[in-house]
Amino acid sequence: MSTEITHDTAHDEHDHHGPAKGLMRWVTTTNHKDIGTLYLWLSFIMLLYGGAMAMVIRLELFQPGLQFVEPHFFNQMTTMHGLVMVFGAIMPAFVGLANWLVPMMIGAPDMALPRMNNWSFWILPFAFAILASTSFMEGGGPAFGWTFYAPLSTTYGPDSTDFFIFAVHLMGISSVMGSINIIATILNMRAPGMTLMKMPLFVWTWLITAYLLIAVMPVLAGAVTMMLTDRHFGTSFFDAAGGGDPVMFQHIFWFFGHPEVYIMILPAFGVISAIVPTFARKPLFGYSSMVYASASIAILSFMVWAHHMFTTGMPVAGELYFMYATILISVPTGVKVFNWVTTMWKGSMTFETPMLFALGFIVMFTIGGFSGLMLGVAPVDTQYHDTYFVVAHFHYVLVTGALYSIIAAFYYWVPKWTGHMYDETLGKIHFWWSTIAVNVLFFPQHFVGLAGMPRRIPDYSLQFAEFNQISSIGGFAFGLAQIFFLYIVIKTIKGGVKATDKVWEGATGLEFEELPSPPPYHSFTQAPQVK
Amino acid sequence: MRFTKLTKPGSVFLAGLASLFTMPAVHAEYALNMTESVTPIGRQLYGLHMLVFWICVGIGVVVFGAMAWSIIYHRKSKGAQPANFHESTTVEIIWTIVPLLILIGIAIPATGTLIDLEDAKTDAEITVQVTGIQWKWKYTYVDEDISFVSNLAQSSRDVMKDPIGNENYLLEVDEPLVLPVNKKVRFLFHSDDVIHAWWVPELAVKQDSIPGFINDSWALIEEPGTYRGQCAELCGKDHGFMPIVVEAVSEAEYEQWLVSKKEEAAAAASAAEQEWSMQDLVARGEEVYKANCSACHGVTGAGIPGAFPAMTGSAIINDPDPSAHIDIVVNGKAGTAMASYKGQLNDVDIAAVLTYERNALGNSVGDTIQPVAIKNAR
Repeated sequence: MSTEITHDTAHDEHDHHGPAKGLMRWVTTTNHKDIGTLYLWLSFIMLLYGGAMAMVIRLELFQPGLQFVEPHFFNQMTTMHGLVMVFGAIMPAFVGLANWLVPMMIGAPDMALPRMNNWSFWILPFAFAILASTSFMEGGGPAFGWTFYAPLSTTYGPDSTDFFIFAVHLMGISSVMGSINIIATILNMRAPGMTLMKMPLFVWTWLITAYLLIAVMPVLAGAVTMMLTDRHFGTSFFDAAGGGDPVMFQHIFWFFGHPEVYIMILPAFGVISAIVPTFARKPLFGYSSMVYASASIAILSFMVWAHHMFTTGMPVAGELYFMYATILISVPTGVKVFNWVTTMWKGSMTFETPMLFALGFIVMFTIGGFSGLMLGVAPVDTQYHDTYFVVAHFHYVLVTGALYSIIAAFYYWVPKWTGHMYDETLGKIHFWWSTIAVNVLFFPQHFVGLAGMPRRIPDYSLQFAEFNQISSIGGFAFGLAQIFFLYIVIKTIKGGVKATDKVWEGATGLEFEELPSPPPYHSFTQAPQVK
Repeated sequence: MRFTKLTKPGSVFLAGLASLFTMPAVHAEYALNMTESVTPIGRQLYGLHMLVFWICVGIGVVVFGAMAWSIIYHRKSKGAQPANFHESTTVEIIWTIVPLLILIGIAIPATGTLIDLEDAKTDAEITVQVTGIQWKWKYTYVDEDISFVSNLAQSSRDVMKDPIGNENYLLEVDEPLVLPVNKKVRFLFHSDDVIHAWWVPELAVKQDSIPGFINDSWALIEEPGTYRGQCAELCGKDHGFMPIVVEAVSEAEYEQWLVSKKEEAAAAASAAEQEWSMQDLVARGEEVYKANCSACHGVTGAGIPGAFPAMTGSAIINDPDPSAHIDIVVNGKAGTAMASYKGQLNDVDIAAVLTYERNALGNSVGDTIQPVAIKNAR
């Protein structure tokens, strides 16, 4: 096994220099570490932007009555919050992690297509600038929910909808290019000896995720294009008055939208599968079944989309099929949770911040999985559908699921990236503060949902007042905790105790075993040999 | 509660927190679980909900229990040495098969319930067509020649800044849907504009009303009472303000209600034949405007720039020839949010609101529109 990390000057003269200086370093960079950093910062900014809108929502819902915002503005807030968090916070964060980690984990010097990598990132700030600008247009921004069901978004959409469509197109192009890059890197640039079944699970889950992205982002592009032609060029894809079909919009949207939720959770599975063994000091239990479970989840995710549509009046046979297929997904998902728990079993565990967030993920993602199983049972879903029970469900899987895994990944790998340990005390405060707040925020939403509170309403009847108030208090506390996280991030980048090369006692993988902390600007210019 | 004994700062904080949750004006009857239903199918749904819930609790106890055990006993600080096992095909097969069996156990009752839930047609005795309209519901009794629109009650609209103490805030309508108990009612759902969803938790009915489609669902209400619900599918600005109220009454009371409703319709028809004074039309028009038009065009007629046109100074309204004004309200404007009101309002109401718009909201055309003109325009 080679530990050579200095550069071979004989035939690669230009490789000697480090990053360029100043702003242009970031604009013109083709380095996977720089681009990873850019993605992660964009994601953090979007988290705060989307979070600020969530604060407006929780403020208005703090008590019954309309005190702070008008209903039309409230709808813009829920819509933009969803779009920004899904496309701006969660997805770019995982792409950022992939950029940083995939080459280092498979022993590659960089991504396979570095120039395209630059472009896939730099499209995004423009896409989000366009999306954000809609809020300042006459008639307001998109106000039809992040699922933008027709005809509310077509015939009845505000003028700014066209800018929203263009922004979604840009995000889709970025995602597809990013995915092609990840697939090309993983399939072509693995170090000698790194067979597919030796790849870290984060690499595996991203490989599967990238295929999901390539499969479904064009479907989303198709949906918004059909919207555009319905709005301006006289077609009637979704307009019943012209022979079109509003329900078809939902089928197309969810054919994208359901795999999309797994796009946001599969890389999280990879992160958790890296962290739990490290801090249990025991190899991951059932590596190959984890790979097969991820692949099964991905395949099943294409076959369950209409479980979002149990109240649209599908035929009974269709509802039965989608119910069976949906609850079937809990089998491979359950296998993953069982494997993580068994990895901990008879381990030698310590509880540093990344492990705390990973454990938080396992518990709270599983709670989200339970409510997911309940939602999958079609006849009862007719009562849960479009209520706060659903809101609670998808925030448990996306906030305490996807977002927690991203935060865990930050704490786990940031000593490797920067060479600085984060402040353990602050990290633990961040964990406990966030975890208490997030449960105060989302757990009561199960209750109001079951009791009959629909989602996406700016005001509610008095019976829901107590739980909404509690939920809002949790929301404000959770928002503050993430400002605190921003402080931790900046503090860690600026300095801190020097991290060892291995960082964690139980860490495994090329990035920990073969590279110093921080790694050189160009790592693995000579491929390591994997046993 | 005896708060006087509490002296420590922590206790004061706790007391403050406790008083926050026991604020006197706020309703105390909040619920933790799904609303129990008054229909047989609703009770089936509730049973299924509780079954799946307890299965989840059981799985949770096992999984989180094992996890907690590891966290407590298999920690390095207690000197735990890591084992090295990392594979067991037997265990993997077991925890694939057992969940699969549990799922089959859920799927069997769920299948039966779903088939019952979707059978709205068999033995249905009354059919009510429910039309979702931004942002109100229209109910048509298919066999009775009765049809009316149900709006959010003015009592809720008046207190939006401070609704504390307003009973049934946002869950009150001007005209409830009246149904008899112990009869299978079939609902047919349809929409005039965007997608809505008609949801009454206690009847266990939630179904989308979609333009271009007719969906159905059913309820057999076993207990008389008032059951409240809301639109469940985001349908635009006032999605949160289109409640549903169902009054379930005995069969005799229902028959009586049908008769009175028909008399009301006959009275309205004769009122449309009369000549109305400007004063009466404007007064009535203001009420109609508030309930039907103000959501988009604003209480003062200012509209929302870029989304909904202003009434004040509108070219259509201020045209001395009222035909375009009559046309847009009666027939709507295709391709926009402007609905056709001929199915929602009677001749008097349309005439009244037109007269109001022409002589209020900053406009002063000075003419009246008589109900007869609307009748001719239909």
